Amino acid sequence: MTRWFRQPPPRGVLLTLLAAGLAACFVIEQFGLVDDYVRFVLITLGINIILCVSLNLVNGWMGEFSVGHAGFMALGAYLSACVSVKWLAWGDPLWMFPLAVIGGGLMAGAVGFLLGLLSFKTRGDYLAIITLAFLMIVKSGLENIPYVGGARGFLGIGNHTTLLWTAIWTALTLWAIRNLVYSRFGRGIVAVREDEIAANAMGVDTRKAKLAAFVVSSFFGGVAGALFAHQLQFINPGVFDIVKSTEILVMVYLGGVGSLAGSILGATVFTFLSQVLQPLGTWRMVILPLILVLLMLFRPRGIMGMREFPWFVPRREFPAKEDKK
Amino acid sequence: MNPLLEVRGVTMRFGGLVAVSDLSFEVTPGHAHGIIGPNGAGKTTAFNIITGLYTPTAGDVLFRGESIAGQRPSNIARRGIARTFQNIRLFRDLTVLDNVRVAHDAHARYSWPGAMVQLPSARRAEKETIAICLDMLEKFGLGDVAYERAGDLPYGSQRRLEIARAMALQPQLLLLDEPAAGMNSAETLKLVEFLGWLRDHFSVTMLLIEHHMQLVMTFCDRITVLDFGKTIAEGTAAEVRSNPKVIEAYLGPEDGHE
Repeated sequence: MTRWFRQPPPRGVLLTLLAAGLAACFVIEQFGLVDDYVRFVLITLGINIILCVSLNLVNGWMGEFSVGHAGFMALGAYLSACVSVKWLAWGDPLWMFPLAVIGGGLMAGAVGFLLGLLSFKTRGDYLAIITLAFLMIVKSGLENIPYVGGARGFLGIGNHTTLLWTAIWTALTLWAIRNLVYSRFGRGIVAVREDEIAANAMGVDTRKAKLAAFVVSSFFGGVAGALFAHQLQFINPGVFDIVKSTEILVMVYLGGVGSLAGSILGATVFTFLSQVLQPLGTWRMVILPLILVLLMLFRPRGIMGMREFPWFVPRREFPAKEDKK
Repeated sequence: MNPLLEVRGVTMRFGGLVAVSDLSFEVTPGHAHGIIGPNGAGKTTAFNIITGLYTPTAGDVLFRGESIAGQRPSNIARRGIARTFQNIRLFRDLTVLDNVRVAHDAHARYSWPGAMVQLPSARRAEKETIAICLDMLEKFGLGDVAYERAGDLPYGSQRRLEIARAMALQPQLLLLDEPAAGMNSAETLKLVEFLGWLRDHFSVTMLLIEHHMQLVMTFCDRITVLDFGKTIAEGTAAEVRSNPKVIEAYLGPEDGHE
């Protein structure tokens, strides 16, 4: 993958920024420095970044086309809500909430494993149709389970998604996916996308690489869903429909396929645009897709497509200093 | 010596078309073995069967005495058979280094959860891989372009990179599909030199398809000649050259010319 610069960032900058960011989140929250609306938008931004970068793993780096990401979100949202409202309601949110989020992620990851198995035989348009079917099954399934409120929805979820938790999970997601992408598995899925025959001839196990990508992608989709549920405090199956999936797709293809920086950029632009365009009402959903159409015409891989901001690239990936010119 | 690769009575049918019929030959360890034959003789099909892209309709392929026919290509690759392609198939959008790394990764042991949380073992393996692959590129004269996009390299370098990538798999058998394609005779002469270096330096057994007669005759220890999916001759360069069947396959029957 091509990068902007040849130079790695100065040592420790990213860690310092991260620590400062987390501290800022904590302080803002503790002393109520921002109003509820700004806080809500910032949390939405974090959740959107998680959604965007995790879908990017499958749709960008791997080059498949999944439209089922909202389904994984739903699984994570509902399972975490069950944990925090029904199963471990007595627990202190300090340890109970992370457990609920991880539980939601694991649930989504397990189902993602099954969907990954299907991806061996089907790909391209066919995989898109299968993920669409998966999305409909999840939504209809949840509507028919009275235990989680059926079509009326799941009420009374605690407001546990703080700014700090969102920031922690966002950083964790970016870190984990970066590590995966710059490992043999990440190179494997990119190689499969570039030329599957050559990749196989070089010993890349397509199945293993695809399974890993699907499981990780859906796990973090579930994590985002869990955070989402505890932000809104009320979820119903109708929220996790094809429109939600489409929103995530817009973020991915806006920011850029196969790029961490692109995922952050896409999620940020999308989050703020949808807030700014709020007064336009339903016209919002005309303008956002229109932007996508223009983007596909002039920049089909997104703003940062296949390029990376050097700060997100592990240090070992850069040429050594003493390299001859 | 036991053969490294044995192709035993392999037949490949595509619908009504018989691409390869009852093909048998053996590759001795350490040899450079050439496969020649007119266009459409089934040479590339034979390669695709050996590397697992096709499952033969009949017959078997043995590598180091074990049957590999019909196994997944990635498995066969990791067992020690690497290949290049007739029309270069690099990962064009990846860097030169990453192209080689993908192949070397086949032998890395760390798991994906381990990679995700950056276990020390995974980090160490990554650093080792980079060092080994940079070294490999240096040997192939591609050290200076390690961080360039593979698709941006000139044609000759792309051919070399494809061989470097195959060698990063640490194979015992290297399959080269027309390595001299698109080269003039001066470049071909250089290629012969390069292939000799490759064989001596990595002590790898080679099986190569080539149209360039001069290359095959000077470089290969043993030659199998195919026509219409069948073996029509096998032997050393001198033996094959004087075989009337070979002359006929290449030049047509004698009376057809006069």
